[in-house]
Amino acid sequence: MIREFAGADVVYLLLAARWTVALALVAMLGGGLLGLVIAALRIVPFKPANWLAILYINLIQGTPLLGQLFIFFFGLPLIGIQVDAWTAAAISLSIYAAAFFGEIWRGALQSVSIRQWEAGASLGLTYGQRLFYVVLPQALRVAVAPTVGFLVQLIKNTSLTALIGFVELTRAGQIISGATFAPLRVYLVVAVVYFVICFSLSQMSRRLERKLHVAR
Amino acid sequence: MNYNFRFEILLRYQAEILQGVLLTLQLSVLTMVFGLVIGLGVAIAAGSPSKWLSVPARFYVETIRNTPLLVQLFIVFFGLPSLGVRLSADLAAVIALSINMGAYGAEILRAGFESVRRSQIEAGRSLGLTAAQTFRHVVLFQATKAIYPALASQFVLIMLATCVVSSIGVTELFHQAAFIDSRTYRSFEAYTLITLSYLILTLAFRALFSFIYWAVFVRRPAR
Amino acid sequence: MSLVELTQIRKSFGPVEVLKDVSLKVEKGEIVAIIGRSGSGKSTLLRCINGLEQVQAGRILVAGIDVTARNADLNVLRERAGMVFQSYNLFPHLDVERNVTLALKLVKKLDREAAGKIARDVVARVGLAEKLHAYPDELSGGQQQRVAIARSLAMQPALMLFDEITSALDPELVGEVLRVLEGVAKEGMTMMLVTHEMNFAKNVADRVIFMHEGRIHEDGPAREILQTPRTAELGSFLSAVLH
Repeated sequence: MIREFAGADVVYLLLAARWTVALALVAMLGGGLLGLVIAALRIVPFKPANWLAILYINLIQGTPLLGQLFIFFFGLPLIGIQVDAWTAAAISLSIYAAAFFGEIWRGALQSVSIRQWEAGASLGLTYGQRLFYVVLPQALRVAVAPTVGFLVQLIKNTSLTALIGFVELTRAGQIISGATFAPLRVYLVVAVVYFVICFSLSQMSRRLERKLHVAR
Repeated sequence: MNYNFRFEILLRYQAEILQGVLLTLQLSVLTMVFGLVIGLGVAIAAGSPSKWLSVPARFYVETIRNTPLLVQLFIVFFGLPSLGVRLSADLAAVIALSINMGAYGAEILRAGFESVRRSQIEAGRSLGLTAAQTFRHVVLFQATKAIYPALASQFVLIMLATCVVSSIGVTELFHQAAFIDSRTYRSFEAYTLITLSYLILTLAFRALFSFIYWAVFVRRPAR
Repeated sequence: MSLVELTQIRKSFGPVEVLKDVSLKVEKGEIVAIIGRSGSGKSTLLRCINGLEQVQAGRILVAGIDVTARNADLNVLRERAGMVFQSYNLFPHLDVERNVTLALKLVKKLDREAAGKIARDVVARVGLAEKLHAYPDELSGGQQQRVAIARSLAMQPALMLFDEITSALDPELVGEVLRVLEGVAKEGMTMMLVTHEMNFAKNVADRVIFMHEGRIHEDGPAREILQTPRTAELGSFLSAVLH
């Protein structure tokens, strides 16, 4: 049955957008925690740990996210974990995000000059005190804008989960488009919803960058 | 776990995989070329003093950068026919990818031209070079060197991103995973193999680009 | 016992030997200027004393602490030996007061009030009382360096190490920093300074050490050494920096 693209469909799309946001949030949390581990492995003075982190980052950044999604979607059941599209998407996006967060945060930590570590040391601060009171506050300022900026990538990339059948904004668009045969209007609405979310984040990232750049 | 991994049966599909690789590379190169052409125009328009040029250019960049490529692709392939524009999957893919790349290309090019210091241009002009000569001999080389790393990593990003066009039926590399899956019912093996093929391509291109950078920008010609 | 005692120190960076068998004693209250060409090992010497560089051989004792011991507590050492760097190294995210109070609170475990009082006192001593709440990037290089001296002074160290602290400054800002150093010297602080300011070395230091190719080449009373160099190396170094 073919029907008109109506207000109810827009509501359906907006409701589906909740899943886009939820997925991005889960990936942000999961990926954030794992990303901290990756960043730490990357900078500790222990070569095998560095190599492990580099391997991880290259594996994730050197392959398409879409491929990673399919591998988790089809692979987890093989090791006895029955997954629905949501779980596969959440795990896969977290692992994906971790590689990027890890690199962003490593860069931020390393952007703080070695001299700052030395100045802390010369005042008798312990390693932990140097890290928490001297280096991290400076690294955080550097990291905030690119971290928020990456969230835009994350939101956009959740659209790929439509292709393993997870019903988020893009998949909802496909469904409505199939039912109404008004693909142009449907996908334009979908694009507008993404734009509103992503553009707000982009602007926030820019404002943070400017603010933290000017302030100390 | 009692699943038998059978990667070896995928060996039969070498021809399909090779064909997929070639199409993926064609798509990537075309996207890069068209995207940079669009990007150059957009970068110039965005920097123009005329609002009639700069506002649409910025609107384009922001719109593309803040929406997913997959949705852009769907608009071109599924949406445009409502306006009477019917495109083959391959053409729709190249158009959507190029429009997408255009926005990123514009940003890369803008950053590249901004990276060349004003003082370098002034130095060129003060030696009596014309504006065009200064651009050709002073700005271009430095700007190319400055944007090269971003362009190189952008190429890899495009190559990885092209796999979304498999969703509209373009038979590039990622599409071969679905094809092999449909023949063998070995989904996991098929997608793993294809995904790792991208890793090989990524590493190969990174190595190639590093070599080119060294050969062009680092190595001094022998005297 | 001397405050600082170096016995046969060797230090290399990879294949390059920077310090070759350096021995040195500094008594409490002494003001020692260390001079020499760049690459002569003078900055490395200071960094070794503060444990920022590890030596390959030899022994360093500072205020009774063995810096070279495997289990040396470098944090206790650094509480007693303050260091001021060429590039100031103020913490850019903290204002002047908090730059000074950070270590007082964390290392000396002072409460906010006590730390704040010390901070106001030392910042006034370097003549920057009105800049207490300024951030480093709002200060000139000379002012930043004076804050760095105050920050180190606040810890009440037994020894202060100054690593070419005027070298990064514009010439017109050097004077204000040297005047602060003179003030610190007059209060009886034990100081070791790597410096290119020969007049300052002559007028303020008790003793001058001339480093040459990783060794102490000359060592003696400041005026005597600088006015009548015994070796050709020091002679040519002095005529190069003074003209």
